[in-house]
Amino acid sequence: MILTRKIFGKISLKLIGVVSATAILIIGVYSYFNIKSRSDVLLSEMKRHANQLSESVKNSTHNLMLLNQRDLIQEVVIRIGKDPTIDNVRILNKDGEIIYSAHKDDIGKMLDKKAESCYVCHAENKPLEKLPISDRFRIFQAHPDSSSILGIINPIYNEKSCSDAECHAHSPNAKVLGVLDVKMSLADVEEQIRQDKIRELLFALIAISSIGFIIIFFVKRWVDYPVRELVNATDQVAAGNLNYVIKNLSTDELGTLGKSFNNMTKKLDETSQQLYQSTKMASLGQLAAGVAHEINNPLTGVLTYSSFLLKRTKDNPQMQEDLNVIVRETMRSREIVKGLLDFARQSTPKKSSINVNDIINHAIAVVNNQLKLNKVNLVKEFDSSIPKITADANQIQQVFLNLFVNGVDAMEQNGGTLTVRTSQISLSPKGMTQIKNAVCGKTHNLIDTEHKIGGMASLRLKIKLNGNEGFIHLDPVYGSHRHYFGITHDKNSSINLTCPTCDISLIDKNSKCSKCGGPIYKIQIPNQGFLEGCALFKDDWQKWEFVDRAGEKKFVEINVTDTGCGIPPENINKIFEPFFTTKGQRGTGLGLSVIWGIIDNHNGSITVESKVGIGTTFSIRLPQNDFVRSV
Amino acid sequence: MSEKINILIIDDEQVVINSISKIAISEGYSVDSVLNVVSALQKISSTEFDLIICDIMLSEMDGFQFLAELESKQIDTPVIMTTGYSTIENAVKSLYTGAIEFIPKPFTVDEITSVIRRGMKYSSMMKLKKSDDDSIILVPCPAKYFRLGYSSWMNKDLDGSVLIGATDIFIKTLDQIKKIELLNTNEVLTQATPGIKFETEDGLTHQLYSVISGVIIASNDRLLEEPELLEKDPYFDGWIYRIIPTELEYEMKLLIPCSSDRS
Repeated sequence: MILTRKIFGKISLKLIGVVSATAILIIGVYSYFNIKSRSDVLLSEMKRHANQLSESVKNSTHNLMLLNQRDLIQEVVIRIGKDPTIDNVRILNKDGEIIYSAHKDDIGKMLDKKAESCYVCHAENKPLEKLPISDRFRIFQAHPDSSSILGIINPIYNEKSCSDAECHAHSPNAKVLGVLDVKMSLADVEEQIRQDKIRELLFALIAISSIGFIIIFFVKRWVDYPVRELVNATDQVAAGNLNYVIKNLSTDELGTLGKSFNNMTKKLDETSQQLYQSTKMASLGQLAAGVAHEINNPLTGVLTYSSFLLKRTKDNPQMQEDLNVIVRETMRSREIVKGLLDFARQSTPKKSSINVNDIINHAIAVVNNQLKLNKVNLVKEFDSSIPKITADANQIQQVFLNLFVNGVDAMEQNGGTLTVRTSQISLSPKGMTQIKNAVCGKTHNLIDTEHKIGGMASLRLKIKLNGNEGFIHLDPVYGSHRHYFGITHDKNSSINLTCPTCDISLIDKNSKCSKCGGPIYKIQIPNQGFLEGCALFKDDWQKWEFVDRAGEKKFVEINVTDTGCGIPPENINKIFEPFFTTKGQRGTGLGLSVIWGIIDNHNGSITVESKVGIGTTFSIRLPQNDFVRSV
Repeated sequence: MSEKINILIIDDEQVVINSISKIAISEGYSVDSVLNVVSALQKISSTEFDLIICDIMLSEMDGFQFLAELESKQIDTPVIMTTGYSTIENAVKSLYTGAIEFIPKPFTVDEITSVIRRGMKYSSMMKLKKSDDDSIILVPCPAKYFRLGYSSWMNKDLDGSVLIGATDIFIKTLDQIKKIELLNTNEVLTQATPGIKFETEDGLTHQLYSVISGVIIASNDRLLEEPELLEKDPYFDGWIYRIIPTELEYEMKLLIPCSSDRS
C-alpha cells in the first residue's frame, strides 16, 4: 500500500502515466479508424469489382440467353468461376432453382427464400421487384472458420427481347426473370486487412513505447532529478546544514526555484550566523571581561614581585636573566589579556559624523608600506557622493585595517590586487525599523520590556472584544506582524484598543483602514509621528509616515576584495568566531570577531563571499541614517 | 585624626595589596590596607592619608561609588584608581569622576612607583596650596581649555586641529625631566592611553595619557631640546602635539572644562 502510494505518488510517474495514457488513447483511436477506413476502401473496391464482374457475366450471357443456348451459358459460368478470387457464380430462376452454376453439382437445387442470396428481396411476403445497387451485396461466412465471402446478387429483369425470344421461355408479365449470384472470396482482402492490422498495432506499440521512453527520460531529467535534489536540499537544511548548495541548476522554473532556494539558504545561514555570533559575543564578552579581571590580579602579583626581585638582584646576573624571562613573559600575558579585553569591550561606539572614504584613506595610509612590500596593487573605487554616517571613526578604521592586513596576508608572497569599493544602497524601512518608543494620548509608555517579540520589547495595548478584556502585544518591528493576542481574537468582531494605564482609546475614528475599511489604531511615536494600522488585524495594513517619508533606509556599503587564497567553505562560517585562526602562531584569531563586534555595534552587517584560489570579498553595510534606532 | 599614614590601599585581592605595599614601603612610605570600601571609609574617618590607591571592581561598593562617597563627604584625598578590568572607559570615567590617576593591572614596579611618586607629590602640592603657602604657584589652564583628569589638556584651534599638552601641575609632580619621548606624526593617539613618555632624573619613566583621540599632525620638537619649556609655558609654547581629532564631540563630554577650576 505504502509502496504503491510511493510509486504513484511521484510527480514524474503521474506525468508519465498521464502522457502515456493519452498517447495510447490517441494512437489507439487513430489506428482503429485508420484500419477501418482502409478495410472499407478495400471492401468497396472489391464490391465495385464484384459488381462489374456480375454485370459482365450478365452482359456476356445476355445473347446466349436470348438464343436459349443453355450449354454455352453454363460453360461461360464455369469459365468465369475458375478465377481463384471467385467462389461461385450462379444463376437462379424466379422459383429459386439453380439453373447455372460454376459448381455443377448445385444445378437443379432449390434455394429456400430464406437463404442468404434470396433474403434481401424476399424478407417480406411480397418480394421486391427493384433492388438498389447498395443492397445487392452481402458478406457471409460459409463456415465459421473459413474466410468471408462477398456475394452480389444481380436481378435479371424481364425485357421485351426476352419474352419475344423464339424459345418463349418467359412470359411478358414477369418483372424479374431470375437472379445472377456471384460469390467472391474475401480471403485476400481479409489477409491484407489482417496484415494492416498487425502493422498498425506494431506501429502503435512502437509509438507508444517511444513516447513513453522519451517522456520518462525528460521527466527524469527535468523534473525527477531537480525535485529530488530540492527535496534532498530541504532535508539537509532541515537537518541544519545551511551550507548545502544545489548544483547544476537548469534555466527553467525548477532551476529558478533551486536558485531561490540556494539564495534563501544563504540568507538563512548569514542571519543565523549573525544571531549566533551576537549571542556568543555577548556571553563571550562577559566571560572575557571576567577572566581578564580575574587573571590581572594574580598577574599583578607575579609582575610586581618579579620586577621587584629584578631590582634587588642587580648583582646576580644569572638570576637577573631568569627574572627577566618571568617579567617578559608576564608582560606578554598582560598584552594577551589586554587583547581579550579590547575584544570583549562592550562599549557603545563613540559616534561622530564621518565620511567612510576618509576613514578608508586613513587606513590605507597606515598599511601602504605593507602593500608595497607585498607587491599588492591597490584599487580604489570610491563613490565620492556617499553621505557621512554616524559611526566610531577609530573602530571603523580598525575594521578596515584588519581587513586590509587580512587581505594582504591572504595574497602571501605573490602579490595581487586589493580592491576597495564604496557605494550607497537602499533597503525598504518596513521590516527593518524597530519601534522603540510609543505612548498613548496621555503620554503613558506603551513599550513592554517584559514581553518581547523577536527579542525586542513589544507594544502593549489593552484590547476589548465583545465584552472581553485582555492585552495584545504588537510586533515592535514596523511592517512585521508577529503580534501576540492575549485573548481569543475574532477577526470580524467589534474591537476597542486602549492604553493599559489610562484606558484612553487608541482607535482613530477619523480614518479607515485603506485595505479593509475597518477601524484603525493610531499610536504616537514621540518625535516621530504616528504609527497607524488596521485595528481588526484582518490585514497587514500598517503605516508610519515618519519612517515612510524618510524613504528606504540607506546604507553605505563597502566591499573589500582580495585576490588571495580564498577561504575554504568549511571555514567560512568560523571566520567570525573568536579565536579562529589559520595564521597559526602569528594570529590571535580575534581580528575578524572584533570587526564583527564593531559592525554589530554600529547596527551594520558584515558578510563574506569567497572562492578558494580566486579571492575573498568582505561586504560591510553601515546604516546611513540612524535616527530611528538612536532615539 | 591623630594618626598619619601615607597611603591607603583598597583592594579585595591580598596579593595586590601585598605587591603595592611592598613597593610603597621600599619607597619609604607608610602603608595601610583594607579589603573593601566600607572599611576604607571607616579608616579614613579615623586616619589621615596622603594618597589612596583604590581598585574599581570591589564587592558591595565599587571604586566609583567610593569616589562619589569621598566627594559627598568633601574628603579631598587624592585617589589613584586601578583595575584588572582595564578598559579605556574605566580609565576615562575614573579621571572624570575625580581620580588623579588610573593604572591598569598588572603593573611593573616602575609603573606603580612613578604613579605613587606623582600622587604623593600631587598630594603635598595640594596641601600646600590649601594652606595658602606661597612656595607653590600652580598655573591654572586657560579657561577655554579642557583637561583629562589633572594631567593633560587640549585646546581646539579654529582650523579644527587640536593642540594637546601637559598641565602645569602634572609637570610639577615630576622630578627634573631628562628626556621626552614623542610619537611620530601620523601615529594615532587614543584617549586615556599613554601618549608621551617622560624620563626624569630620579630614574623613573612617566606616561602621560592622551587627552583625546586623533592622528598626530605635528609634534613640538623644541621640547626635545629644551624640556624646561614644558614648565615655563605649559599651555602655549610648551604644547606637545597638534592632532586631528577623530572623536572630538564624544570625547569632550568626558573632559573637565578648565573654566570650572576658577570658581
